[in-house]
Amino acid sequence: MKTLQSSEIAAAVRGLAMSASCDLEPDILDKLLAARDREKSPLAKNALEILVTNANIASREQIPVCQDTGIGVVFVTIGQEVIVSGSLEEAIQEGIRAGYAEGFLRKSVCDPVTRKNTGTNVPAVIHFEIVPGDTLRIGFLPKGCGSENMSGLVMLPPSAGLPGVEEYVVQKVKDAGSNPCPPVVVGVGLGGTFEKAALLAKKSLMRPLGDPNPDAKVAEIEQRILQRINQEGQGVMGWGGVNTALAVHMDTYPTHIASLPVAVNIQCHAHRHKEIEL
Amino acid sequence: MQRPKIDKGFFENLRPISIPFAENVLQTLKAGDLVSLSGSLYTGRDQTHRRLVALLDEGRKLPIDLQGQLLYYVGPSPAKEGQVIGAAGPTTSYRMDAYTPRLLELGLKGTLGKGSRSMPVREAMKKHGAVYFATVGGAGALLSKSIIKSELLAFEDAGPEALFRFEVLNFPAVVINDLEGNDYYEMVTAERLGVKYEKSI
Ligand code: SF4
Repeated sequence: MKTLQSSEIAAAVRGLAMSASCDLEPDILDKLLAARDREKSPLAKNALEILVTNANIASREQIPVCQDTGIGVVFVTIGQEVIVSGSLEEAIQEGIRAGYAEGFLRKSVCDPVTRKNTGTNVPAVIHFEIVPGDTLRIGFLPKGCGSENMSGLVMLPPSAGLPGVEEYVVQKVKDAGSNPCPPVVVGVGLGGTFEKAALLAKKSLMRPLGDPNPDAKVAEIEQRILQRINQEGQGVMGWGGVNTALAVHMDTYPTHIASLPVAVNIQCHAHRHKEIEL
Repeated sequence: MQRPKIDKGFFENLRPISIPFAENVLQTLKAGDLVSLSGSLYTGRDQTHRRLVALLDEGRKLPIDLQGQLLYYVGPSPAKEGQVIGAAGPTTSYRMDAYTPRLLELGLKGTLGKGSRSMPVREAMKKHGAVYFATVGGAGALLSKSIIKSELLAFEDAGPEALFRFEVLNFPAVVINDLEGNDYYEMVTAERLGVKYEKSI
């Protein structure tokens, strides 16, 4: 058994929220540099150079990489042997509230009916998962909605098969055009049910960028889709070239014999994701 | 990792343009032209637009005169002590499409954001002689360096969706839609497909 204080969790989440918005992780920086080096279109290459410079300025001066510091998406993986004193959910929301206030991050959460801004960037969207063990892992993905808005989900008939899946994903990215700030990261959830597919797609974005799915069959699909997107896509910012997407992550789950759900969650190059363990 | 200097890395061969726009400047801009904007502009995004158009619907006066102006679609992050503004890159423009024709009728001459515009907006821009620019999405930290003054003008309660006036210096942008109805995104697509570019309006 391990006991964690809710105040300690709130403090950790506060730090997570602040650093996630200003300091890009090495995985995304490496991908941006590689994309820049491989890019042929001069305008796209220059835009990638700007993105690298932007990341440096953000980190050095602790300015958000992008003004859209997102709605918080939190993945909580809690060991069965962990006891939290106080409310875990409230501790997380409190950490985000404090991080966004003290980090000068943009408050972008509003009521969907009145559109009134909550002014605090909470509530965040929190997903809980219970696993064996005595650790608490908190993954934070502040999600900008220029990219989120370009996402989609379809319940394909099984007869559509893998060609149907690939076609849907590629078309989704093409339709998004320059809206989601390409180069994008494409999260795909395949299988499960309606909501499970969406969650798989979102969660796949937490994977270290470009790591293949451990299942070789799925990894091959990821590669095929990535190649097609970069052949057929609009390129960086919609300005041409070969870097519409930096990676495709696909996660799968068994599904019903009548079903083939496919969810596509589009993430932008401002791919802010961080994880801590307590 | 490599750390390029801040002052380089913008687009090359930028053409300097003053804002608000002078007479006869807009017709010289062509889709795909790279410009650097200097002068003053207004900002606005979803709620700002909703409120401006609501004022028009009620027959009331707007807090700003849009004649000849450039409207930048941005919701900046808050400024820290000593900063002019926080991160301030473009937001996606199509969400403003429902409102844009109304503002073009008032003499708005340019909009700045990211992503493509609807056909009705493109037609309205052509009719009213307005240009649409895009800049680099997700480069809000760097773009904030081109904003040298910021003044809150209206809708403070809307938080990041308030209406600001920015003074900008050498703000980089690409012309997407010019006065002749060309669209740079469509030109890029035509080039990739190896087909001749045909204007769609
Ligand atoms: S899509 Fe991403 S990079 Fe672009 S403005 Fe939104 S959060 Fe920023």
